[in-house]
Amino acid sequence: MTGTRIKSNAASVVFEGVSKIYGGSVTAVDDVSLTIEAGTLVTLLGPSGCGKTTTLRMIAGLEQVSKGRILIGGQDVTALPATDRDVSMVFQSYALFPHMSVGENVSYGLKLSGHDKAETAARMRAGLELVGLAGYDERLPSELSGGQQQRVAVARALVLEPQVLLFDEPLSNLDAKLRRQVREEIREIQQDLGLTVVYVTHDQEEALAVSDRIIVMRQARIAQMGTPRDLYEAPRNAFVADFIGEANLIDCEITARAGDSASVVIGSITLELDARGLGVGAAKLAVRPNRISLSRRARKNDMAVTIIKTTYVGNHMEYRVAAEFGELFVISSVVDQPLETGANVFLSFADTGPVLLPPAE
Amino acid sequence: MTDATLQPPFRAAAGANSNRMIMVLLGVALVAALALPWYVIEDGFWSGEWLLDGYPLDSSYAPLIFLIAQGQKLWLAPLIGFAALPLLALRRHRSEPVYAKLLLTAGIGGLGWLALQGFSIGIRGWQFGALEAAFGPLGDRQFGLGYGALLISAVFVVYIGMGMAARGAVGGDVFVVSAIGFVIALVGIFIFFPILQMLQGAVRAEDGAYSLSIFTDKFFHRNIWGLGCLSANVSCGVAWNSLLLGVVVGGATTALGLVFALVATRSGFRYGRILRALTVLPIITPPFVIGLAIILLFGLSGTVTQFAADLFGLTPTRWVYGLPGIVMAQMLAYTPIAFLVLIGVVEGVSPAMEEAAQTLRADRWTTFRTITWPLMRPGLANAFLLGFIESMADFGNPLVLGGNYNVLSTEIFFSIVGAQNDQARAAALAIVLLVFTLGAFFAQRRWLGNKSYAGNTGKGDGCAHPQMPRRLKVPVYAIAAFWCFMTLVIYGMIIYGGFVELWGLNNTLTVRHYSDAFGVGWNAGGLVWRGSAWDSFWTTLQIAAIAAPLTAMLGLVTAYLLVRQKFAGKDAFEFGTMLSFAIPGTVIGVSYILAFNVPPIELTATGAILVLCFIFRNMPVGVRAGIASMAQLDKSLDEASATLGANAWQTFSKVILPLLRPAILAAVVYSFVRAMTAISAVIFLVSAEYNMATSYIIGRVENNDYGLAIAYSTVLIFVMLAVVAALQLLILKGTKGRPRRA
Repeated sequence: MTGTRIKSNAASVVFEGVSKIYGGSVTAVDDVSLTIEAGTLVTLLGPSGCGKTTTLRMIAGLEQVSKGRILIGGQDVTALPATDRDVSMVFQSYALFPHMSVGENVSYGLKLSGHDKAETAARMRAGLELVGLAGYDERLPSELSGGQQQRVAVARALVLEPQVLLFDEPLSNLDAKLRRQVREEIREIQQDLGLTVVYVTHDQEEALAVSDRIIVMRQARIAQMGTPRDLYEAPRNAFVADFIGEANLIDCEITARAGDSASVVIGSITLELDARGLGVGAAKLAVRPNRISLSRRARKNDMAVTIIKTTYVGNHMEYRVAAEFGELFVISSVVDQPLETGANVFLSFADTGPVLLPPAE
Repeated sequence: MTDATLQPPFRAAAGANSNRMIMVLLGVALVAALALPWYVIEDGFWSGEWLLDGYPLDSSYAPLIFLIAQGQKLWLAPLIGFAALPLLALRRHRSEPVYAKLLLTAGIGGLGWLALQGFSIGIRGWQFGALEAAFGPLGDRQFGLGYGALLISAVFVVYIGMGMAARGAVGGDVFVVSAIGFVIALVGIFIFFPILQMLQGAVRAEDGAYSLSIFTDKFFHRNIWGLGCLSANVSCGVAWNSLLLGVVVGGATTALGLVFALVATRSGFRYGRILRALTVLPIITPPFVIGLAIILLFGLSGTVTQFAADLFGLTPTRWVYGLPGIVMAQMLAYTPIAFLVLIGVVEGVSPAMEEAAQTLRADRWTTFRTITWPLMRPGLANAFLLGFIESMADFGNPLVLGGNYNVLSTEIFFSIVGAQNDQARAAALAIVLLVFTLGAFFAQRRWLGNKSYAGNTGKGDGCAHPQMPRRLKVPVYAIAAFWCFMTLVIYGMIIYGGFVELWGLNNTLTVRHYSDAFGVGWNAGGLVWRGSAWDSFWTTLQIAAIAAPLTAMLGLVTAYLLVRQKFAGKDAFEFGTMLSFAIPGTVIGVSYILAFNVPPIELTATGAILVLCFIFRNMPVGVRAGIASMAQLDKSLDEASATLGANAWQTFSKVILPLLRPAILAAVVYSFVRAMTAISAVIFLVSAEYNMATSYIIGRVENNDYGLAIAYSTVLIFVMLAVVAALQLLILKGTKGRPRRA
């Protein structure tokens, strides 16, 4: 199409000791400091009530901070209301104005920013084209499918070329099949245009799939920040280990340390693992269910366990096993010759995968 | 391009915008001070006669600046200074502290000075002896404030709004802060100020001296609180009469309302829509019309009375005049209101809960007793209190049917008009009535505020409501059928009664009453409105048509502030705006007379006082309609609009208002209809020039001219039926093809 293209004005977002307290007593966000680099997609991930949506709404200016500073593009915007911030948001409900056509919805912010008619129309078309809805501008939102409404919401936010684009659980109203497709499209647009995107979700798989970096939140604080691989492979604590991909959390004992390596005793077996800064003493071991293997025959450095529950879920088997230190959850890709409930088998840990964690929080 | 430093952190140059707004406001203030008459004009502003009568120099009509320039009313001069003060803020950015300080000084100072001089200097010069002693005789005087003063006050309010917004109040939005300011100012002036004036009136003797004993004498008088009826054969105090009436009617309408709600939802009754149509009746019927019909049936020469006399030889008596008649009329009039409340309550009891009870081995009767009934109880209490308030506040039916059974609302009226003219007694009675209705209002809010169970189950489940048990169904049907029969008879009477020469005495049919009231004729000048009712009819239409859109606007803006904005003191704000619902019309009427008879606000005998009375009487209706429909709109629509760069005003006008179109229409029509049927407050406020249909009809009734009164009432009912029907059509048309979905 003609010259009008949607650009990016990506800017960084910085929180300096930000707190949000509701009604004088409920702390929704507690002294959070974080930096979101320009041009990256960062996910706020956590269980409901952890403060991730409040954090997002504070970036938008829809909630005023109780303490601390927010900087966007290096400028202090703490006191600016949503209206005056150069930030757009895609809402969970899409919040399309039902009395306006698709074109009017997308043009809404453009008109308010003082663009003339021709410019507004050109940008509106470019925005709709970008999300694959060229020619839909005369329709009413109610005449579109859920996925299409979602794209209109994205276009409406994009055409303002905001410094930061916010997504509040954008996929939660879509059916499972559509989710994968839409999240890939969002990621593509973000990477093509180099946008700064902050994305809220409670779905860890979604977060792993789309993010440059993930910020895991828990009880109004940041539990851990890092790349998806960091968080999955090197969680800092039991909460993160369990929230991002499941993990078995096993009490263990570090008996010796040599350099970066630690000798870890779990029941009757001993493993050599990366010490991750932990000293001799009690610790926890996080092991992904698929990093445990079960076998009918005994091997070196393994332990005898009993299978107490077997579940067939199609592409893999799920087992619950009783070991001397408690129950474990195990996933096995061997579907054809499953182990039966009650069988006495032998368990061993994969060489990479088990991660040492501090004993308790 | 990712170079963030090139971008400003905010979208619009907010400073430039607010400077433009100051310019506009200064312009408005200039127009107000230079062109509009400062004082109220006796012959009416809209007549325009003042334009040819010495304007702008004559001090009765002169605008502010002309007054000062001629050296008159120099105490007004500081107002010019306050109005012009924001000139100094023009070159400042709104984030500078001095900007907010200048605007706040201008606004608060201006309003404060306006009020101070207004209350200090009146028709007879200094209002207070102390001022006269301190400054000497003034030798000048002033009348009520006019349109010039009104407009300047509005500018001052916006100054305050801008100043507070610049300080960051309510997200720093000028529209929201100013709107809050306007609503507070209006509610303060037109609800709280009159009530306070009335309280003051209750402690003032006729010579103007203040004395608490006057108040206690009147307040605790035997006429109000006497209990003679319990022991001796004298009538009880009016307070007890009112209370008894309120409790009986509240209980009876609640029971009847529940009966109808059960029929509509729980009986498999196929004509539920017809039942719902019944709820339109009290809206379109002037409150005393039912009373008139009761007289036609059971009065001394009523149909039933005479029939009974002929058949059984019963001597006709005046038994219906008094408590029985009022209760009957009010039950017929207010049951639909209780029905409207209770149908929501009954529908709100989720069938899933009842089905759950049934799967837990409860039979139908047990389910009703242990699940349905407890869930409905708060709603029943609500309906009772509503009926109680309505009954206490009702003026028309006790006036028409009361006989010797005096109630507070009519006593207030007779204290002011007629021989007594005892304003202190009227004020004391009004306070008693106010205490009762406010008590019910407080009770309703305190007990029921958080106790609504409806909708606790989260998502609605599409189950059908189960049927009532049979032993409940039969009596329920019987009662509902009897009530419907009575209603049909009543409305039949009203329509028929307008065509009868002289009810009970001369039953020949005639159109005389209609031609007397609404006759038209021709003469050389063209069409002549000969009928005696035309004057009040046109006035009523005109006043109602002016009041209705203003009521709807004020109600919706208030609803928007309540539903969508967070600000300090919001609970008090909500309470204040809903309060007028609990203030009976007679109380409003008395307090308006006491408050707006003298400067600074002089409104009695104008059309404006009627318009204002309607606006603030009916405002809660608009607020409720607005709150109900705004709650349907997802809040994320507002937030989306804000993140797209719209300020609160743009969001309100471009997103909220268009989506509320049906609610706006309903609020406008409902306020219009209520303004046309109101009587209680109106009867104090009408004047020769501005007479309203209802007070004209009451006047005919007092002259025993029932035929014309009933004919006029019939016309009103049909006019309003047409208006309501037109509204329904418009709403149906308006919502077609525009599904409301967030």
